[in-house]
Amino acid sequence: MFHALADSTRRDIIGRVLRAEQSVSELARRYEMSFAAVQKHVAVLERAALVRKQRRGREQIVHGNADTLRKAARLLDRYEQLWRHRAQAISDILSEDSGKSEKRTDK
Amino acid sequence: MTVTSVHKDPEALSMTFTAEFPAPVERVWQIWEDPRQLERWWGPPTWPATFDEHDVTVGGGSAYYMTGPEGEKARGWWRFTLVEAPNRLEFDDGFADDDGKQLPDPAPVHCVVTLEATAEGTRMVTASTFSSAEHLEQMVNMGMEEGMREAMGQIDAILAGS
Repeated sequence: MFHALADSTRRDIIGRVLRAEQSVSELARRYEMSFAAVQKHVAVLERAALVRKQRRGREQIVHGNADTLRKAARLLDRYEQLWRHRAQAISDILSEDSGKSEKRTDK
Repeated sequence: MTVTSVHKDPEALSMTFTAEFPAPVERVWQIWEDPRQLERWWGPPTWPATFDEHDVTVGGGSAYYMTGPEGEKARGWWRFTLVEAPNRLEFDDGFADDDGKQLPDPAPVHCVVTLEATAEGTRMVTASTFSSAEHLEQMVNMGMEEGMREAMGQIDAILAGS
């Protein structure tokens, strides 16, 4: 679902629509993929609240949602803390091995 | 243990976390494969995890819950999409209801774990990709004292809506 290539396209789409709103057809012209494929990327971004879509006449206009990005950055900082805590807990478990076999070397 | 790099990408809602441990790859694999070891480190602070099921095979999965400071339980599940012992593990991690039934919303987080031998031991890289900021928020709110009530409110809301 989140292949690297797909991610880089989505990242690119977000970068563009944060600078200035773009219609889905404008976006589709910029990538070597079908209108439907670009529309799919936009739909994924919309579900993640990273962009907002708005109908204007026959066009679908895409806006970047900077608030979500700022919020995501803050949340990732806290998620990093969770993983730091996990890495420390793993380390504690592993160090019990050396305690048992008394082969612990203080590096 | 040394955390050697943390790469956060808010646009892709993903984080890659790299840490090194002075133990062989096979030993670090055990902390993922053995549920009794896994539950000693998976839960956030003050939310220890208990794994009722843990079948580390492709198509297999896990059922677990985390117990909060006031005895409240948050249930989750894993589904393995790739298992290459002792070097690579890929799985989806999502929330479940009280009966352990998988909740489709928020969509699961996809985790890719890579264990690589180094001169001193093992380099462990975990890459997590969320599908929405809401899921990420629920995840980090757990175990954060100030965010606990909010997290429980969200979980209650999900359960009430299921």
